[in-house]
Amino acid sequence: MTNLKEIQRSLLVSLWFMFLTFPIMVIRVNPLEKVVIWRWYNMLYVGIGSFLLSFVWRYFIRQKELGKKKNETDGQKSFSLSRRAVDDPRAYIPLLSAVACFTIAFPFIFSMYQTNIMITVLIYVMLGLGLNIVVGLAGLLDLGYVAFYAVGAYTYALLNFHYGLGFWTVLPIGAALGALFGILLGFPVLRLRGDYLAIVTLGFGEIIRLILENWNEFSQGPSGIANISKPGFFGIHLSLQNSTIYIYFIMVGLTLFTILVVNRLQNSRIGRAWIALREDEVACQAMGIDKRKTKLTAFALGATWAGMAGVVFAAKTTFINPASFTILESIVILCIVVLGGMGSITGVIAGALVLILLPEYLRAFSEYRLLIFGTMLVIMMVFRPGGIIENVRRTYEFELKEGKELKNED
Amino acid sequence: MEYFFEILLGGLTRGSIYALIALGYTMVYGIIGLINFAHGEVYMIGAFTALIAASVLTLMGWNQVAIIVIASVVAVIYSSCYGFTIEKLAYKPLRRAPRLSALISAIGMSLFLQNYVLLAQTSNFLPFPNLIPEFEFLKPYQHMISSSEIVIIGTTAVVMVLLGIMIKCTKIGKAMRATAQDRDMAMLVGIDVNRVISVTFVVGSATAALGGVLVASHVGQINFYMGFIVGIKAFVAAVLGGIGSIPGAVLGGLVLGWTESFFTGYVSSDYEDVFAFLFLVFILIFRPAGILGRSETEKV
Repeated sequence: MTNLKEIQRSLLVSLWFMFLTFPIMVIRVNPLEKVVIWRWYNMLYVGIGSFLLSFVWRYFIRQKELGKKKNETDGQKSFSLSRRAVDDPRAYIPLLSAVACFTIAFPFIFSMYQTNIMITVLIYVMLGLGLNIVVGLAGLLDLGYVAFYAVGAYTYALLNFHYGLGFWTVLPIGAALGALFGILLGFPVLRLRGDYLAIVTLGFGEIIRLILENWNEFSQGPSGIANISKPGFFGIHLSLQNSTIYIYFIMVGLTLFTILVVNRLQNSRIGRAWIALREDEVACQAMGIDKRKTKLTAFALGATWAGMAGVVFAAKTTFINPASFTILESIVILCIVVLGGMGSITGVIAGALVLILLPEYLRAFSEYRLLIFGTMLVIMMVFRPGGIIENVRRTYEFELKEGKELKNED
Repeated sequence: MEYFFEILLGGLTRGSIYALIALGYTMVYGIIGLINFAHGEVYMIGAFTALIAASVLTLMGWNQVAIIVIASVVAVIYSSCYGFTIEKLAYKPLRRAPRLSALISAIGMSLFLQNYVLLAQTSNFLPFPNLIPEFEFLKPYQHMISSSEIVIIGTTAVVMVLLGIMIKCTKIGKAMRATAQDRDMAMLVGIDVNRVISVTFVVGSATAALGGVLVASHVGQINFYMGFIVGIKAFVAAVLGGIGSIPGAVLGGLVLGWTESFFTGYVSSDYEDVFAFLFLVFILIFRPAGILGRSETEKV
C-alpha cells in the first residue's frame, strides 16, 4: 500500500513540475521572426526526471530525519569518521604527511595549468580563512569581503606600476592596507547587526569596485592594469613555468602561515571573545568584553588575509581589472566558508577545494556548469546544513562515574 | 524647474519599481528572517512567462487588451507557483538550520534559476513588446511621463495598500503577524505555520511577477540576468526602509530611487551607485534599523 502511495505522490510531483516548467522549457519564442517553437520532448524529460528524482529526494530526507533522531538519543557519542581523523593522532599524522608530500610534489607531477588552478584554490583558502574570522568566529555577516581583496590587488598593481616596488615589499603593505580598510568599514557598522550589517558591507564592496571602475586617473578604470611584475627570486629571472611553481610555493607557505595564525587566534583571548560575541552580544558585554574593540579586530584581522591574497592574485595574473572583484566573488567566498563548515579550518579548506575545483573540472559541461553549481549548493545545504566538516562546539560535559566522582571532559 | 520635475518623476518611477520588488523581500524576511536571494529570479521568470504568453497569443491573433490581461495573469500565476516550489524545495528543509545555511541555499537557487532560463531560453536580450497602450489624456505631458510609468507608480501604490489591508485586517494576515513574532508560539495557538509561510511566498512572488511584467514592458527588453541587480537594489530598499515593514519597503524604494535620480541628474551618472550606497550607510548610522524600523531592545 505504501508503495502505491509513494508512486502516487511522485506522479503528482512530476505533473507539478511538468506544469511548472511548461512555458520556459517547452515554448521558445523568437520575437524577431515571430516564430514559436514547441519542444514537447522537454516536457517528457522533465516528467520522467522529476518522477524518479522525487523518490531519491524523499529517501534522503527520510534518512536525514532518521539521523537526527538517532543523534538525539545517542547524545554526542556518534562521532563521524571525519572527526575521528582530526582527533586521533594515529589517524592524522600519516594523513597530514601524505597531504604534505602531495602538496610538495604537486607542481612537478601535474601540468602548469593544474598548478595554476591549485594556486587559485590556495588563494581562496586564504580568503576563506580570513572571512571565517569575520563570519564564522565573530558572527558578523560580511557580503563585501571582496573589497579587501581588491585593495590588496590594487596596492600591488599601483605601487608596482608607479614606483616599481617588488612583491615582497608590497606583501606587508597590502596586508596593512587591508587591515586599515577593515577598520574603516568597521567603524560605521559598529552599531548595526544582522542583515543591516550584511547590506552595508555589500554596499562597501560595491563602492570600492565602482570607484576603481570610474576613477580613471587613479586606477585606469575598467581597462585595468597590465604587466604587473611577478615575484622575483633573489634577483634571478625565472621562466614562466618556474615562476608559476615559485608562486605556488609562496602560496603554500602563506596558506600554512594563515592556518597557523588563525588556529592560534581561535584559542586565544580575542578568539574566545569573538565566539562569545557571536553567541550573544548582550551576555558578551556583560562579561566585560569590549564590543567595539572585539568587532574592529575581527574586521581588521579578517581583512588582512584578503589584502595579502590580493597581492598574490595580482602577482599571479599580472593583470587586474575591477571585473575580478564583483559581488559574485564575495558570494563565492561566503559559500566556501558556509559550505565548508563555519568556524572550522579544515572545513574552509574542503569548501575551497570543492567550490573552486568543481566548476574548473566541470568545464567539460561548460554550459551546465553554473546550473550544477547552484543545484549543488542547494542540495548540500539541505542535507548538510552545518557544512562539509561541521565545527564541533567546545562543550564541557560532566559524566557521573561509578564512585560518583565528577569527571571533566573537554 | 521643469528639469527638476522630470527628475522627480523619473525617480518616482524608479523608486516604485524597487518598492514593488522590495515588498516581496520584506514580507518573506518578516516571516522567516531569510534574505530570499531567489526573489529577483522570480521577477525575471515572471517577465519571461509574460513574454512567452504574449508572443503565443499575438501569433494566434488575439486583441491587445486580452493579451495584456492574460499575459499578466499567466506571469503572476507561474511566478507564484515558482515561489511556492522554491520554498518547499530549498528553504523548508532548512527551517531549523543556521540562518546562513538558508542564505547559501537561496544563493544556490538563484544561480540555478538564472542558468535554467539561460539554457532553456536564450542568453541574448529579448525585445519585450510594450504592453501598455499610450493614454490619450497624457499626450500634453508626454515628455515628462509615459503611460507605462503612470501604470508602474499606480500599481505599486495599489499593491502596497492591498498588502497593508491584507496584513492588518484579514485572518491570514493576522496569522502572518503571529508567525513573524514567534513561530513556535503561533504553532501552539493552532496556526498552520507551513501554510502561512507558503502563502507569504505566493503573495510575494505574485508582486514580483507584476513588477517583472511592468518593468519589462517599460524597458522594452529582458534577459536572464535582469533579476540579479534589481533584486539587490530592492533588498537595499527594503533594508533602508526597515526590513519587515510594508510601508518601509515602499518608502525605502522611493528614497533610493530619488537618491539615484537626483544624483544622476545633477552630479554624474558614473558614481550613482556609490552615492546610493553611501547614502544607505549614512542613514543606517543614524537609524540602525532603517527609516521606519523599530530598533528592538534586546532582552536577556
